[in-house]
Amino acid sequence: MDLLRFITAGSVDDGKSTLIGRLLYDTKNILADQMEAIERASKSRNVGEIDLALLTDGLRSEREQGITIDVAYKYFQTPNRKFISIDAPGHIQYTRNMVTGASNADLAIILVDARHGVVEQTRRHSLIASMLGIPHVIVAINKMDLVGNSEDAFLEIAKAYQELASKLNIKDLTLIPVSALNGDNIVDRSVNMPWYTGETLLSVLETVNVLKDQNQEDGRFSVQYVIRPQTEELHDYRGYAGRVQSGTFKKGDLVKVLPSGTESKIAKIEFGGNEIEEASVLESVTILLEDDVDISRGDTIVSINNSPIVSQDIEALVCWMDDKKTLKAGNKYVLQHGTARSRCSIRDIEYQIDINSYEKLDEVESLKLNDVARIVLRTAQPIAYDPYQQNRANGAAILIDETSNVTVGACMIE
Amino acid sequence: MSISVKEVSDISDQEARRSSPDYLDQLEAEAIYIMREVAGQFERPALLFSGGKDSITLVRLAQKAFAPGKIPFPLVHVDTGHNFIEAINYRDELAEQIGAKLVVRYVEDTIKAKGLKEQTGKNASRNWLQTFTLLDTIEEFEFDACIGGARRDEEKARAKERIFSFRDEFGQWDPKRQRPELWNLFNGRIHKGENVRVFPISNWTELDVWAYLKRENITLPSIYFAHERELILRDGKLLNNTPVIEPDEHDQIVKRQVRFRTVGDMTCTAAVESSAATLDEVIAEITVSRISERGETRIDDQQTEAAMEDRKKGGYF
Ligand SMILES: Nc1nc2c(ncn2[C@@H]2O[C@H](COP(=O)(O)OP(=O)(O)O)[C@@H](O)[C@H]2O)c(=O)[nH]1
Ligand SMILES: [Mg+2]
Repeated sequence: MDLLRFITAGSVDDGKSTLIGRLLYDTKNILADQMEAIERASKSRNVGEIDLALLTDGLRSEREQGITIDVAYKYFQTPNRKFISIDAPGHIQYTRNMVTGASNADLAIILVDARHGVVEQTRRHSLIASMLGIPHVIVAINKMDLVGNSEDAFLEIAKAYQELASKLNIKDLTLIPVSALNGDNIVDRSVNMPWYTGETLLSVLETVNVLKDQNQEDGRFSVQYVIRPQTEELHDYRGYAGRVQSGTFKKGDLVKVLPSGTESKIAKIEFGGNEIEEASVLESVTILLEDDVDISRGDTIVSINNSPIVSQDIEALVCWMDDKKTLKAGNKYVLQHGTARSRCSIRDIEYQIDINSYEKLDEVESLKLNDVARIVLRTAQPIAYDPYQQNRANGAAILIDETSNVTVGACMIE
Repeated sequence: MSISVKEVSDISDQEARRSSPDYLDQLEAEAIYIMREVAGQFERPALLFSGGKDSITLVRLAQKAFAPGKIPFPLVHVDTGHNFIEAINYRDELAEQIGAKLVVRYVEDTIKAKGLKEQTGKNASRNWLQTFTLLDTIEEFEFDACIGGARRDEEKARAKERIFSFRDEFGQWDPKRQRPELWNLFNGRIHKGENVRVFPISNWTELDVWAYLKRENITLPSIYFAHERELILRDGKLLNNTPVIEPDEHDQIVKRQVRFRTVGDMTCTAAVESSAATLDEVIAEITVSRISERGETRIDDQQTEAAMEDRKKGGYF
């Protein structure tokens, strides 16, 4: 059985938390004591019927204010798949937490309130999903019960969304009319919307193909740690511990070490101290090379005839996440890419992307919290990267503030 | 009691990987990746070890992450003095067997040194006091990262926490100012005196842990399996009958066939009635159980709706 990570996005009160609660409830994944706890909490808040959103709003201030501030992870399973659901906050001010949750997602469910249609947060979250290269997007048009379960209402919003999506890079889009509150088209097919003949939400979640989304082509392995036991029997042992970011590696493969460019051959691949034949995407293994080359944390081992770009000049889309300081040309940060860290300086903000129209805004001086822009930067050491849209794992980077040490930017290298 | 924590190289990983469901491999690979990030990014990490199933899982993952080398950081146990003897023995044997350095610090010593007041009365527990000992230990060894076995499925505040959870110099977690955590790019940069709590099995459920222990053929402390035991029946919960828990007139001493689902501090960990004597039987019982791990066995979380969040803000694990 495999694993699917998905995020729920959309504006405040569109029903994200309720939707996750509903999925858990209808797939019988809420345990008796958790149910009692939310029943108790619902009663003490006088919300009438039980509020399934309380299942994910776990922080005191979230419960007090009735909003989601930070991402919550919930785990459930059906006979077909295991799921990690990520409930994201809808408020603009917490967009960076949404980006945190979305960065690892295989699929995004973007909720739209059927009464309001496409709104600013729909556009913002769709842009983020597209930039982050989330392969599958489901637009759940929610609260259909409040618009009389009308097919026309659904079609109108669907049309508006498709128009928006045409400006973005969304590979696989599904639109579903739902009621998270009543459970229509979530797990069970709606009797109130007989006109809808497509799949239920759960059915899409259970069947999307995530294996296909992984980059199986480009062999990339970033070295995390060098294992050198230095015991008598393992005197000369030097194993490079890391995770295969993309592609596959086999014993005997010719490889190159970047950024130095040194070439060698894979002598052995190990997992947990035992030899294995090959290692594929996302496996954490240890690679031993035939030659005694100088490799340390931050280096990348790649297939010999398939190199990433090695450069100090990088252009990237950035989501800016610092609520205290702005990003300006000339600022210096630490760039973390794979296991490599390098100081870098911002050369230019090429353009900012308008969240509503997706238009490029020129001559932008600085970026503030949640702004999205294309920037040019130069690193102190060369970085071995692939364009993000080709290789999510090797095209992603973060910016770290050198004084506060906080993560302030999410970069998708172009 | 005998434990057979197998040498990592005894088990055929390839075989294990072929026969088990994919998601366990994915979770394992992610956890190993996180362990290695800790070793790569920090100077003085530690693995917080309690002798419970989650930290036993962590040890196995760390062994695999660094094989054939040894785990490049010590195991650290904050001993409340109220732990199950079976878990303590297991801890000592395991550390010896894998050649890991073991650091044990006692809540008792902190209480004496600081003149702390212990809770008294019916549900008195040292659970909260552990935080002081933990913070002192972090200071003593200048640990910059502490690996813990917390899982997001355990509790609603934990469900919100990052995998690399930044703590200030007082060990405090600020849920409103968590660092963004993007992709698998963990940011462990800190100033001196601050530290990071790292949770490699954040994305594992209780069942995943049990399935993994079974797949890896790991022997657990005997209290995880059904055995007959004398217990205190208090408010419907079965507590170990030990001198550290004072029964009152409402409590009843009973003898039951039980097992423990978690093995925390005895004062706040309840047993469940069970006849499950093997891992398979335990997994079968948990699969059909309609009550969560903490709901069934932890007494400390049920005192207020935000008990865990408050403890974490104060520097708890
Ligand atoms: N009528 C109706 N109300 C809904 C539906 N889904 C959610 N709601 C309500 O909308 C409000 C906001 O839901 P919540 O899940 O907290 O939204 P979030 O901010 O997106 O997480 C709550 O009062 C829900 O009960 C729906 O399908 N129909
Ligand atoms: Mg919500």
